[in-house]
Amino acid sequence: MITLTDVHKAFGANRVLQGVNLTIPTAESMVIIGGSGTGKSVLLKCILGLVRPDSGSISIDGEDVTKTDRDAFLARFGMLFQGGALFDSLSVWQNVAFRLLRGAQKLPKAQAREIAIEKLRRVGLKPEVADLFPAELSGGMQKRVGLARAIAAAPQIIFFDEPTTGLDPIMSGVINDLIREIVVEMGVTAMTITHDMTSVRAIADRVAMLHGGLIRWTGPVAGMDGSGDPYLDQFIHGRATGPIESVR
Amino acid sequence: MILTAPFAATGRVTLAALAAIGRAALFALATVSHLFRPPFYWREFAMQLIQIGYFSLPVVGMTAFFTGGALALQIYSGGARFNAESVVPSIVAIGMARELGPVLGGLMVAARVASSIAAEIGTMKVTEQIDALVTLSTNPMKYLTLPRVLAATLAVPVLVGIGDAIGIMGGFVVGVNRLGFNEAAYLKNTADFLQTWDVGSGMIKGAVFGFLVALMGCYYGMNSDRGAQGVGRATKAAVVAASVLILASNYLLTELFFTS
Repeated sequence: MITLTDVHKAFGANRVLQGVNLTIPTAESMVIIGGSGTGKSVLLKCILGLVRPDSGSISIDGEDVTKTDRDAFLARFGMLFQGGALFDSLSVWQNVAFRLLRGAQKLPKAQAREIAIEKLRRVGLKPEVADLFPAELSGGMQKRVGLARAIAAAPQIIFFDEPTTGLDPIMSGVINDLIREIVVEMGVTAMTITHDMTSVRAIADRVAMLHGGLIRWTGPVAGMDGSGDPYLDQFIHGRATGPIESVR
Repeated sequence: MILTAPFAATGRVTLAALAAIGRAALFALATVSHLFRPPFYWREFAMQLIQIGYFSLPVVGMTAFFTGGALALQIYSGGARFNAESVVPSIVAIGMARELGPVLGGLMVAARVASSIAAEIGTMKVTEQIDALVTLSTNPMKYLTLPRVLAATLAVPVLVGIGDAIGIMGGFVVGVNRLGFNEAAYLKNTADFLQTWDVGSGMIKGAVFGFLVALMGCYYGMNSDRGAQGVGRATKAAVVAASVLILASNYLLTELFFTS
């Protein structure tokens, strides 16, 4: 279980997170929604330790993330980045098996390659893709490779940062289905940040809306439509008018 | 208020410059400290040795050859004013080994290597590849910075040594074919006057320049701003900083080696 308590983060005068409280139960898929620039990515990076919160606490299974062994902590995570964040200089299979080729989870090269190819197959990519380089792949394929890399070392927690951004609706549907299948199949705790309401409905068990530096609403995905919260209502229906200011 | 404004502006600039120097110094210390803490990524180090050392060889070699040739012509025409044309072989050799080999070699490596390191790491930063490294339990300083800095520190002195030999060869070719020197006399003159310390001091300079070049490339790449413009600015800053540091440290090293 991931627990955030009163998390604050500011960049200069810009107070991005102003007391975020959120609990993500084990083996559940939580989707964080919110407008651009509301701090969704910052929240995710705070949990991973890529950004240090100004105050508040973040714990995983009761352990403060700032006080645990960093390598052991990160070994529990997989992450799919918005643009894939694949390493250009490495082939596809080396990207997927990156964690398996070095560090505490190091495996022999042949075995790591075998696992990488199996994970590529799991995300719908043929073994021939393994020896290509990221620049030779389409955007959708890069996302799939990123997904394969995220699950390669069998993590307990997976983060998905805007998993369908820049993809056509069909490829978005494919990625959403893959994420849902993988989360259920592996029994992992998942946290996704997205604006895409189709993704939200496909991936989420629970939804949290971040607005004004706070969690505005949280609840099961089925309760989203009848929440009665005007902010959530405006966001999920994409209305230009409402309590959330829009720039026209 | 108006009277103190220029002082305030000067103070701000000075503080910003000192802060930048401090950040770069801390970055250098952090890089060196990782040398003594495992893991060490041998594969990345070997790849950087090839990238920085082997692939810089043509540009350093050509620079040295033409510089040696031009130096021979200059010394000959300058020396003719006081009947000292015969010093061409020794001055070319000493000049190349002590100054021109390391400085011009260092500057060429700065242009080629600092720019490519800053652009590569800067692009990795803006495309979240650095964050991805962290989430994959890999320290970017160990994986990206240390192999590059160590490879440049070891490769540039070798490049300087090879550049010295090629530069002296350039002077020899021009001296023999253009200025009428006897081949055997030219080589003997070179060998008689060139001392081990001339070459050694140049190679030490090369090691310092290699360290600075790769460090500036990594530092500005890691601190790159977002977007293509951010990476462009980081690349430019890395080359300028590396070049200035090469020239400044060259003066300090020359003071240290040859005046004390």
